[in-house]
Amino acid sequence: MVGLISVLIIIPVAGAIVLYVGHAKNPRVISLIFNALSAFYALMLWQKFDPSAPGLQLIERHAWIPSIGAEYIVGIDGLSLLLVLLTSLVFPFAFCAERLERGACALMLVMQAALYGTFTAQNFILWFLFYEMSLVPAFLLIKIYGGDNRDYAAVKFFLYTFLGSVAMLLAFLGIYFAKGTFDFATLAELGKSGLIAGNFRWFVFGGIFLGLAVKIPLFPFHTWLPDAYQTAPTGVSMVLTGTLSKMGVYGFIRLLVPLFPNEVKIAGPWILTLVVCSIVFAPLAAWAQRDLKRMVAYLSINHLGYCLLGLFAITTTSTSALIDKHAALSGVFLQIFNHGVTAAALFYFVGLLEQRRGLCGINDFGGLMQRTPLLCGWMSVAMFSSLGLPGLNGFIGEFLIFKGSFATATGFTAIAVIGLLFTAVTFMRAMQSLFSGPLSESCAGFSDLLLKEKLVIVPITLLMFAIGLNPQFIFNTFNATVAQMARLFS
Amino acid sequence: MIAWTIYITFAGAVIVLLLPQRFSRWIALFATIAGFAIGLAMFFRPDVDLSHFATVVRVPWIPALGMNYHLALDGISLTLVLVTALAAISAVLFSWDINERAKEFFFWLLLVVGGSYGVFLSADLFLLFLFYELVIVPKYFLIAIFGSTNKEYGAMKLTLYSFFGGALVFLGVIAAYVAGGSFDLNQLANFQFSPELQAWAFPVLFLGFAVLAGIWPLHTWAPTGHVAAPTAGSMLLAGIVMKLGAYAALRVAMNLFPQGFQMWRTPVAVLAVIGIVYAAAVALRQRDLKFVIGYSSVSHMGFVLLGLATANVFGVSGAVLQMFSHGVIGALLFAVAGRMIYRRTHTRDLDTLASMNLRRALPFAAFTFVVASAASMGIPGFSGFAAEITILIGAWKTYPVAVWIVGAGMVLVAAFTLRALKRSFFDVDPKTENTAPPQMEPITIPEKLGACLLMFATLVVGLYPRMLLDRIQPAVDAMRFLK
Repeated sequence: MVGLISVLIIIPVAGAIVLYVGHAKNPRVISLIFNALSAFYALMLWQKFDPSAPGLQLIERHAWIPSIGAEYIVGIDGLSLLLVLLTSLVFPFAFCAERLERGACALMLVMQAALYGTFTAQNFILWFLFYEMSLVPAFLLIKIYGGDNRDYAAVKFFLYTFLGSVAMLLAFLGIYFAKGTFDFATLAELGKSGLIAGNFRWFVFGGIFLGLAVKIPLFPFHTWLPDAYQTAPTGVSMVLTGTLSKMGVYGFIRLLVPLFPNEVKIAGPWILTLVVCSIVFAPLAAWAQRDLKRMVAYLSINHLGYCLLGLFAITTTSTSALIDKHAALSGVFLQIFNHGVTAAALFYFVGLLEQRRGLCGINDFGGLMQRTPLLCGWMSVAMFSSLGLPGLNGFIGEFLIFKGSFATATGFTAIAVIGLLFTAVTFMRAMQSLFSGPLSESCAGFSDLLLKEKLVIVPITLLMFAIGLNPQFIFNTFNATVAQMARLFS
Repeated sequence: MIAWTIYITFAGAVIVLLLPQRFSRWIALFATIAGFAIGLAMFFRPDVDLSHFATVVRVPWIPALGMNYHLALDGISLTLVLVTALAAISAVLFSWDINERAKEFFFWLLLVVGGSYGVFLSADLFLLFLFYELVIVPKYFLIAIFGSTNKEYGAMKLTLYSFFGGALVFLGVIAAYVAGGSFDLNQLANFQFSPELQAWAFPVLFLGFAVLAGIWPLHTWAPTGHVAAPTAGSMLLAGIVMKLGAYAALRVAMNLFPQGFQMWRTPVAVLAVIGIVYAAAVALRQRDLKFVIGYSSVSHMGFVLLGLATANVFGVSGAVLQMFSHGVIGALLFAVAGRMIYRRTHTRDLDTLASMNLRRALPFAAFTFVVASAASMGIPGFSGFAAEITILIGAWKTYPVAVWIVGAGMVLVAAFTLRALKRSFFDVDPKTENTAPPQMEPITIPEKLGACLLMFATLVVGLYPRMLLDRIQPAVDAMRFLK
């Protein structure tokens, strides 16, 4: 019997095969049909999911390679469900952004399947399989379909993430030889008393940390990101930032912190230092960029930094109150979702500008407000959401994170607030040079938003407002999971 | 009922967007007048208790985090709602002939007004912060789209200062919430925060808010912002937005952290006094009429901060009265400079204006400017005098030295105001003295209505300040930093 989750993983793969074999004329439509199907199953998953129960649900378990403890086990809790929903949302959004070739569509679908797998797998071997499976299509998408500088960017991306993966794999082999299991739940149970004794544990911890930190990425492992995001096609950038980067955050929450609670306490202040560097320096770097895609890419680093700030602030000290842990974790979860939606939307808008102009340097535009008021208006909403304006989604997540981390990591939090300011400055400067001023000649022939573009933008923007004004419906999906994790981390 | 000021204004903003452009100004006018009418009704209804911050609406919003949609009203809030409505009505009247992109213009204008009502009525710290930040966006667009001189620079500077203040406030709000465990302003006002927390949280929060109130040396956004903004934008900035900062500093920073306030009030008073004198001195040297008025705003807001720093009933009540008074007078001054003069002469340069013989070309403008200048200088009979004398009485009790310095500073205020008045309207240029005045479009009816409304307000309050003070003082008495 194949369960819902497995079906969810299989659908995009099937879509990729159809595309590959079928020589379809309009690959985007077929991809979107398969995406609708996945979205339908994701919603069904949501409906079947019992939000009041903590722990994994809808578990499927099959023997796979028993001799090495590899098992096919998938299941969801609130966090997994949230990420599955996010993936189901970002992919169709990305397909709408740009007309991709048949091969690119197929690769995107493979990546989607890999993401579903990563977010639901509960055994390391299986998880790692999916994790790596997402890497190859991402590499090919940049390498084959990217813009200028794609070879360099693709190789850099691949080397960084692959080295991270190897480090993580070695670390897990170390754990396996010490404890003899790959199962997440069992390992988390064992982690409380220390998985590995002696100084060797730091190699293991460091390996996993490195693998995940590169993926997010965390300062100073971030240098692959601007190149990759800049050169990738818009739709691919949306997926990279919207969902792929979440694999790193997910790994931190699901693996690193539960498996190494004691090590995290010791290394916590150092990690937090890196996190705060990410939060403060990334928007400064973004400020200095001339290219819109690179700017948005750097801001991504900043936003994901907030997730890690919340996570490590509450796990570094054992003194933090349960209510702070609860708030910070809720904030981290919400921020994961928000960033996925908002960053994807920003890339979408940059893509729209690029389609009209052929370039996306910040100085290639000017005075757009006169020519395309609708485009400017809706793009401003996405920007304001990203800089955390109250009433929009970004604010609630960041507020909760700061609220939770403030009590235990006051100094780090206070410095991190500066990041908010720099982000605001960056966006204001971008808005100013794009939208206001005299209409630049090259933009005089721009068309304002087309109907098909409005159809994509309006629902996404409504979602931003919905989360910003009434986030309760999102909280409801992961409240029990947050409560359980908050207890686990104390 | 007072909550409807917010709803009607926001509803008006949406309707403006939906209906054709020719209705925009009427809708905006209707929405702002409705807000004023509601405010007045609450003001005169005897059964409304204005002596403490009494809840009007309270609906759970995000229960898991203790956030409520919670509005409340007392005399301080109501005073500020009234001045918001006054400034808003006259701003609409002074924008009556806007034809280009009028829908957007009135949309942003109503958003500023609605958000400001929200700040003045919020009894939930989170909600207050939400409205406070919401005002930044429409303000930016009002200036960046519809402004004049150096508008991009001015809009950007204003927005950056606002966000900088917002970041400080954000930190303070979180500190208050983490320590006090609630967002309810009334609950937090009864919570005993530890002195260590208050010692650093108060200055962070106060400074964050005071940026918008134009505290020296973080005031530089104000003159450039005012100059860059369209007339209605300057009127809203001077009339409303600067009050947001001062009001929130009083309602949140001072009321939640009384001990922190005690520790820091002398530095605040020092900054306020420097601001009053410095801004007046700078205004004396400006050649651009709007810059003169922009700096006079900073000077007047210095009085508000000084009043707050005195920490007694007189000083604080006077500060609230000054917020009202400056809202009205500032709006009036900008209306004359930006609308009546600049739109007709296309210059604000005092030397150029001096040769134009404007008092004969625009007699009504000259009359309005005389009244506004008199009110601004603090001539008895106008609201400015009533407010400043109350503040100075309060200051005498705590900072007698400040009164001496400020007294000297007021001479500077009179000096720059008279200079601006003389140069713009009453200079006699021997070359053009006997020629016929230049032909200019006469002052329109909406302009006259708007000017009369504001002049009437400053006179009524100036002649009978008790009307407002009777409602402000009990509310100030109820604040705990006085105890």
